[in-house]
Amino acid sequence: MAALTREETEALIQEVLEVYPEKAKKDRAKHLMVNDKELESSKKCITSNRKSLPGVMTMRGCAYAGSKGVLWGPIKDVISISHGPIGCGQYSRAGRRNYYIGTSGVDSFCEMNFTSDFQEKDIVFGGDKKLAKLINEIEGLFPLNKGISIQSECPVGLIGDDIEAVAKKAAKELNKPVVPVRCEGFRGVSQSLGHHIANDSVRDWIITNRDGHPFEKTPYDVAILGDYNVGGDAWASRILLEEMGLRVVAQWSGDGTLAEMENTPFVKLNLLHCYRSMNYISRYMEEKYNIPWIEYNFFGPSKIKESLRKIASFFDDKIKEGAERVIEKYTPSMEAVIAKYKPRLQGKKVMLYVGGLRPRHTVGAYEDLGMEVVGAGYEFAHNDDYDRTIKEMGDATLIYDDVTGYEFEEFVKAIKPDLIGSGIKEKYVFHKMGVPFRQLHSWDYSGPYHGYDGFAVFARDMDMTLNNPCWNMMQTPWQEKPAKSLLKDPLLKAA
Amino acid sequence: MANIMIRKSDKGYVFYMPKRDIEDSITSMEFDTPEKWGGEIKLGNGGAYYIEPQVAPERLPYSVRARRIDGVE
Ligand code: SF4
Repeated sequence: MAALTREETEALIQEVLEVYPEKAKKDRAKHLMVNDKELESSKKCITSNRKSLPGVMTMRGCAYAGSKGVLWGPIKDVISISHGPIGCGQYSRAGRRNYYIGTSGVDSFCEMNFTSDFQEKDIVFGGDKKLAKLINEIEGLFPLNKGISIQSECPVGLIGDDIEAVAKKAAKELNKPVVPVRCEGFRGVSQSLGHHIANDSVRDWIITNRDGHPFEKTPYDVAILGDYNVGGDAWASRILLEEMGLRVVAQWSGDGTLAEMENTPFVKLNLLHCYRSMNYISRYMEEKYNIPWIEYNFFGPSKIKESLRKIASFFDDKIKEGAERVIEKYTPSMEAVIAKYKPRLQGKKVMLYVGGLRPRHTVGAYEDLGMEVVGAGYEFAHNDDYDRTIKEMGDATLIYDDVTGYEFEEFVKAIKPDLIGSGIKEKYVFHKMGVPFRQLHSWDYSGPYHGYDGFAVFARDMDMTLNNPCWNMMQTPWQEKPAKSLLKDPLLKAA
Repeated sequence: MANIMIRKSDKGYVFYMPKRDIEDSITSMEFDTPEKWGGEIKLGNGGAYYIEPQVAPERLPYSVRARRIDGVE
């Protein structure tokens, strides 16, 4: 059951679009749809991965954010230089909560901001010399780094610096990978192209490094791709895989290392969690090294069960039994979690607006808690993501691509969800509107949400947010009806 | 001409164009025998591409150059 009927949802879209000028209206109409589970392809109903409309509030980021923030940043022993002015790196520093084990500033560098801090003279005379100097300085100060990546910000592309040449020279001198990444923010329409560019740079500069080297393989080697260990997600996933008998060779890229990435071509199967950000390299490895890849979903016990079985189907009976054993082991504790929280959350409606994966991946977890996702949308998904979403979502639910600030608020006012899951940019707007809200990018300083352990945290957090007593105190005192006790107050009566 | 990658899923061939991140099912392929493979391919979204007919690749996925005949945005 959706919150609104199909007709009502369609009417809502029309009503919301009303305020736009004709051209903008036509454009935005293509990005909004009412879900129809019967559809095989989303193509005719929703347009995605297009430039945002000028003049509206978009929540998208840039290609640099996709490359540095998502893929390169979490690799703990690689130093990623934000090459360009200081702001891009500083304002995004450590914001994604990619956990790692290591000593910051000694052998791990995820939380630090390395930047070439461009000044006017660097724009005028070029920043290559500065970059070379910076790389040398890094090597002197942080000798335990295993590699360096150069993440270009907008100006670097605009002035045409040759960072590839600097990188090649430095790599030779240092005898370490130095990877130039051309992820200037102006490329593409969102962070999505940044993921692609980052994948391509891994393909060109990292993945073949150990071709032909000896590696002790086992028949149970897998790699986790597209898990950024937000709040410890990858750890909660990894233990399940290990418990069922698999050997996790690499984590891309949360709590991952360069060596792990270089060893990935030796695995038997690539496990892809975030399809949007790492399908590119998976496809490449499939073609070049004949490693199959599968998408899996570790949100909520139902999906975990499905995924564990799907993963096991690629292996022998030992692993298949292992998967069953793991499922069995965690079933009682999951039932306890559901027994505790489902009565408190049953029937609640959720609206989601996240990056490129979670709007569809978390649906199962909400359903396990008896909740219903009545609206979902992505910042930077492509059509293949929407194809996958249509199947997950209920009929007549609302789907919105690159939703604008205005549209999102209007949708929320009409649909009145009990909970919204989105990012920091949306959080306080909805808090002020009195709607319970969870950040689904950074898990709101909590996590992990992946795996069985994660689900327990997820359920608790949703309950904690939704049933927080503060939501009953949203009414301003002067609009409140006088409380009974006040009327009975003898002092008041006397007056 | 564009680079495309063809892979096999349980539902048949899948078309993928890295440059534009377009993934779609291939609904028909003109030649699909070991000796002669390729020709005109039709996509689920209505687009059509042409691959120079050639000996079928030993294994998929396989990257190949293709010419756009029609459609695909
Ligand atoms: S768009 Fe350019 S200037 Fe802005 S954050 Fe991205 S890289 Fe930096």
